[in-house]
Amino acid sequence: MSTAAPLVHARNLTKRFDAFTAVDAIDFDVQPAESFGFLGPNGAGKTSTMRMIACSSPLSDGELRVIGMDPRTEARQIKARLGVVPQIDNLDTELTVRENLEMYARYFDIPSDVARTRADELLEFVQLDERATDKVEPLSGGMKRRLTIARALINEPDLVILDEPTTGLDPQARHLLWDRLYRLKQRGATLIITTHYMDEAEQLCDRLVVMDKAHIVAEGSPRELIDRYSTREVLELRLADGVRAALNGKLDGLADRVEDLPDRVLLYTDDGERTLDELNRRAIPVEGTLVRRSSLEDVFLHLTGRSLVD
Amino acid sequence: MLASAAQVFIRNWLVYKRIWHRSIFFGFLQPFMFLSAMGIGMGTLLARNPNAFGGMSYLEFLGPGLLAASAMQVATFESTYPIMNKIMWGRNYEAMLSTPLGTRHILIGEMGWISFRLATIATVFMVVLWFMGVTASPLAVLAIPVAVLSGVGFSAGLFAFTTTQENDLGFSWIFRFVINPLFLFSGTFFPLSQLPSALVALAWLTPLFHAVELIRGLTLGRLDPVAAPIHLAYLLVFAAAGIWLADRGLKRRMEK
Repeated sequence: MSTAAPLVHARNLTKRFDAFTAVDAIDFDVQPAESFGFLGPNGAGKTSTMRMIACSSPLSDGELRVIGMDPRTEARQIKARLGVVPQIDNLDTELTVRENLEMYARYFDIPSDVARTRADELLEFVQLDERATDKVEPLSGGMKRRLTIARALINEPDLVILDEPTTGLDPQARHLLWDRLYRLKQRGATLIITTHYMDEAEQLCDRLVVMDKAHIVAEGSPRELIDRYSTREVLELRLADGVRAALNGKLDGLADRVEDLPDRVLLYTDDGERTLDELNRRAIPVEGTLVRRSSLEDVFLHLTGRSLVD
Repeated sequence: MLASAAQVFIRNWLVYKRIWHRSIFFGFLQPFMFLSAMGIGMGTLLARNPNAFGGMSYLEFLGPGLLAASAMQVATFESTYPIMNKIMWGRNYEAMLSTPLGTRHILIGEMGWISFRLATIATVFMVVLWFMGVTASPLAVLAIPVAVLSGVGFSAGLFAFTTTQENDLGFSWIFRFVINPLFLFSGTFFPLSQLPSALVALAWLTPLFHAVELIRGLTLGRLDPVAAPIHLAYLLVFAAAGIWLADRGLKRRMEK
């Protein structure tokens, strides 16, 4: 672990809305140049945590330092050094693509000639240079997201906060976005990403915390979490309803752990093929099988007993 | 503080500059048509009773009153749907608040912007009044800042209201039960002396009445030395209270 001062330091961080506790006394540190993820289902408290880091929501309790400063008293200075990509687009639809960047630069007090140069570079970076003079509204969802990311980079932030950056995008747009974020990471940017997509977390995060019901339930790199909370492989079974009802104990001893989901049964094992052979020997009729590597989805399932995306 | 607030103003200017010529054109057209129809057309009929408007022609009576009422209408409209959009639908304020700007910068920028809009509208209106021969005093120029001041009061008050709303249903209620009655019963179209004394007393409590009286007095050079400072003081307090409420409201709304 890095010895440099963390860019974000949270202890007992808590957010309450009246009687509801959205974030319940969580601890975490984000180190410079790392890509840190918050993985969890909707309502886990990810966005509330992001909003506190971004100084747009006051903390209810606990301690929070962002870039060494206190959001309660130094919000303006902190915000000057952050880039924020919100969950729901908030581009200025009355301005053009380029004006969105240049106007945003003004809010940061960036001189207009510098803003122009950066806007050029960023539009190229997010592959929107050909749409510079277009209005925002006709852009596709993926383009809007990319513009929002470009906008978040206009002040050359020390820390970029992305709240569910690819939710609602089609696969192609997601991959393009991931590619841009990966490049950003390669340049040494510090990223904080919330997501409920485990593949996104695996692709982009060096380290992550799993959140559930306002708490952090696990922390580590994607690989560490999988090693700690899951087996190497998973054998997925699809069974006819009748077969499933009559299983009682027939799967015993086949795997380290069995998860009985509504649509399938998961067998956690270090060697999926061998487990499948054994299953065939026991002559259990299956409609479909799949052997795959364990993922963060399995980690989440193990930790909470529920799927990430319902 | 002001440098940051100015950016909010500039953002609005960036949007407005594409349509300003249209806006100025309608700024002329609207009072011109209204004053021609009501002031000259109807005024000719009303001229049979020369004392009905205290020795003024109906056009003289109506013109400055309508300036005050127009300032109110523009100011209230600008602080309802467009502000709701920036809070909820378009989330412009959320984006601005992710930068070093705070809610107070936003409010000052928006109030500065509405002041600018009111100033252009009132100036155009005053030019029309001058052209129609209504202005009778150099003090008429001072009616412009008074129109701006009263407009800012309405704008800030409505801004404060908007920060408390979750949808736009409340706006039609406000227009129906607040703005329209003020428009009709604040001495814009007829002297308050025509109303029962209870309603006259009520009018003294409402802001548009004070704006109408002050603007009319300045435009026609008929300022009442006793009442005028009261009108001005009322409008100053009205604007200050509105801004205070809007400042609190926006902070509460955005910093949850």
